[in-house]
Amino acid sequence: MGEQLRAALELAPEYLGWHVALSASALALGLAISLPLAVAASRSALVRAPALALASLAQTIPSLALLALFYPLLLAVSALSKATIGVGFQALGFLPSLLALTIYSMLPILRTGVAGLAGVDPAAVEAAKGVGMSDRQRLFQAELPLAAPVIMAGVRTSAVWTIGAATLSTPVGQTSLGNYIFTGLQTENWVFVLTGCALSAGLALSADALLGLVESGAAKRRPRRIWIGLAGLLIGTMAALAPLVVFGGGKPDYVVGAKNFSEQFILAELMADRLEADGARVGRREDMGSDVAYRALAAGEIDVYVDYSGTLWANVLGRKDNPGREAVLAGLTTELLKRDGVVVLGSLGFENAYALTMRKDRADALGIHDIEGLNRHAGELTMGGDLEIFARPEWKALTGAYGLNFKTKKQYQPTFMYRALSGGEADVISAFSSDGRIAADHLVILGDPKHALPPYDAVILISPKRAHDARLLAALRPLVGAIPVEAMQDANYQVDRDGPQKQSPAQAARGLAKRIAR
Amino acid sequence: MAAALIEIEGVGKTYGAGANPALADVSLSISEGEFVALVGGSGAGKTTLLKMINALVRPDSGRVTVAGEAVSGVAPHLLRRKIGYAFQEIGLFPHMTVAGNIGVTPRLLDWSPSDIAKRVDELLELVALPKAYADRMPDALSGGQRQRVGVARALAARPSIMLMDEPFGALDPVTREGLARDYRDLHEKLGLTTVMVTHDILEAVLLADRIVVFREGRIAADDTPRALLAGHPDPGVAALMDVPRRQAERVEALRHG
Repeated sequence: MGEQLRAALELAPEYLGWHVALSASALALGLAISLPLAVAASRSALVRAPALALASLAQTIPSLALLALFYPLLLAVSALSKATIGVGFQALGFLPSLLALTIYSMLPILRTGVAGLAGVDPAAVEAAKGVGMSDRQRLFQAELPLAAPVIMAGVRTSAVWTIGAATLSTPVGQTSLGNYIFTGLQTENWVFVLTGCALSAGLALSADALLGLVESGAAKRRPRRIWIGLAGLLIGTMAALAPLVVFGGGKPDYVVGAKNFSEQFILAELMADRLEADGARVGRREDMGSDVAYRALAAGEIDVYVDYSGTLWANVLGRKDNPGREAVLAGLTTELLKRDGVVVLGSLGFENAYALTMRKDRADALGIHDIEGLNRHAGELTMGGDLEIFARPEWKALTGAYGLNFKTKKQYQPTFMYRALSGGEADVISAFSSDGRIAADHLVILGDPKHALPPYDAVILISPKRAHDARLLAALRPLVGAIPVEAMQDANYQVDRDGPQKQSPAQAARGLAKRIAR
Repeated sequence: MAAALIEIEGVGKTYGAGANPALADVSLSISEGEFVALVGGSGAGKTTLLKMINALVRPDSGRVTVAGEAVSGVAPHLLRRKIGYAFQEIGLFPHMTVAGNIGVTPRLLDWSPSDIAKRVDELLELVALPKAYADRMPDALSGGQRQRVGVARALAARPSIMLMDEPFGALDPVTREGLARDYRDLHEKLGLTTVMVTHDILEAVLLADRIVVFREGRIAADDTPRALLAGHPDPGVAALMDVPRRQAERVEALRHG
């Protein structure tokens, strides 16, 4: 426990720094947009109705979806600007997070801004006109100072929302306190999850308290209180950003990407360790969705990550056939290079296939040995899938070949999927063949006699701009063919298991490196 | 008779389509140094006319001239810096001290801080408030003190015209009478031209040199208090002017009876 907490806190300066950088800029930008908009809205009903309606609409979009939507949007805009004016920009990470959070932060400020300005004592407004203030002077010297307490209440709400929602920027590749939560959820590292929650809540509470000081200073006309609050915010922000400026100076030489499950974290650490051993500075982009990861690589936003041949074959190339393991690998190597300039460096040596899996006792009781047998009982069984499976071509291939009309289908985070299986909430799950829990939990993989599922060799992918980077290639090439499936299963299990022996992905990666070096 | 300082010619105003006009073709000429009371029931048009003088209300028709200059031809905020304005709700800025409130128009006119401070001291003395009040916030003052600050603020940039909209309406009778008398003295001392809206006919009779009676957007009578008290052909005006006279008689009767 102490070990895990230490590991978690070691990451705190980086995660907290980015979290503060992100939420502070989103809040500042949100304030810069919504305050003038609130003034315009309070002056004209023509602005008011659409502005409030749009801000409310944005609020109804789940914040995770809002963040996710900005990535493809920015990718398209970046491609367009690259084609027209020759300059592209990063569509992953800070920018989409910033834009989504900015939109998210606007509603409370806009709403209280309009309400605050409308609520200014009409006598003060008439006096402001009567003493000879221009419209602008009336706004800045009378209306805004008088509406300030109400507006500040909105800013406080907005700050708390933004800091909370910023944890969701992790899946679009922006480091934040969400890294603790997403990684912790994937690897069942509750110390990580709790650390993320505690730091995020602590940050929100501190910001709220300091802004509350500004609010009460504005309400009670105590300028000193306002200045103390603002100084506290400034000092806090600077202190949080200092580690980024001091230690994070300069861009990393390479960025290693990872999708959102344990094996990906371990392999990313394994590759990063090799590059760092060579003296390179390595950044990490973790917890990315499957499609996001490939597009980020093709766009050069990450330099390397591990994907699986069947996934690329079906999802990226859109192929529905299954010509066999070697043909798929060869086809990918030529097709991805031709189409996107992406280099398939080689297979790591193991497969992580989608595999329909049951508890051994349950399968034996029903007499199920393969998917054909499963299909005969499907009507009375519950299928548990990960968050992607039912939308993926592999599922279409499976149902096309076998039928598989289950009684119900449920979706889980991979971690909870195994829990659901052992708890009996699901009878069958879409497990991964390299998962250490298959052996540990006494599960059986159901055979696929019709070969509906393609092979899933783990392959290292290199971005187009690093295709000829000798240092990168030399550091990673020794991994090709070096990892047997048992070694990967074991490493995965060290991360996914419970109890005091549970390891972080970085620890498991070091163990794996030692094992394959022998 | 001195030249007209405020000239109102044939102004009309209707709030909202289909409503009765608040003002219908009203003309009024006010000379320098006059103290004019505008009286009448609510909705008679007296406040609308007052606010046309400092452009808080724009007439639909007709024109208003102040010191030879058409009000419609000047930026309203520049015009208002030259005209004092005090009203019943006072409208002191709650986020500014008394000194900040009084000095607001001089600040808008870019006076130097030392000139403003000196002027604030002068004005506090003029409206009979202790100098120590300069640093208080408005919510620490009584109603009467607040309206004294309101009057001081209106006078701060040395305007020659004061517009007052029921300035003493919300005060208790003793404060009200004292403040009204003090203001009349200021009017004399500073050589002001004052236009005051009031619905209190006794206040109008006792303070003003001239009373203009409004009814349904038109002027029903316009004369000195003495002449109006002596009688008027319009029965409504006569009844209105009868009120202070009868009140005075009843008070006399009570005292001696």
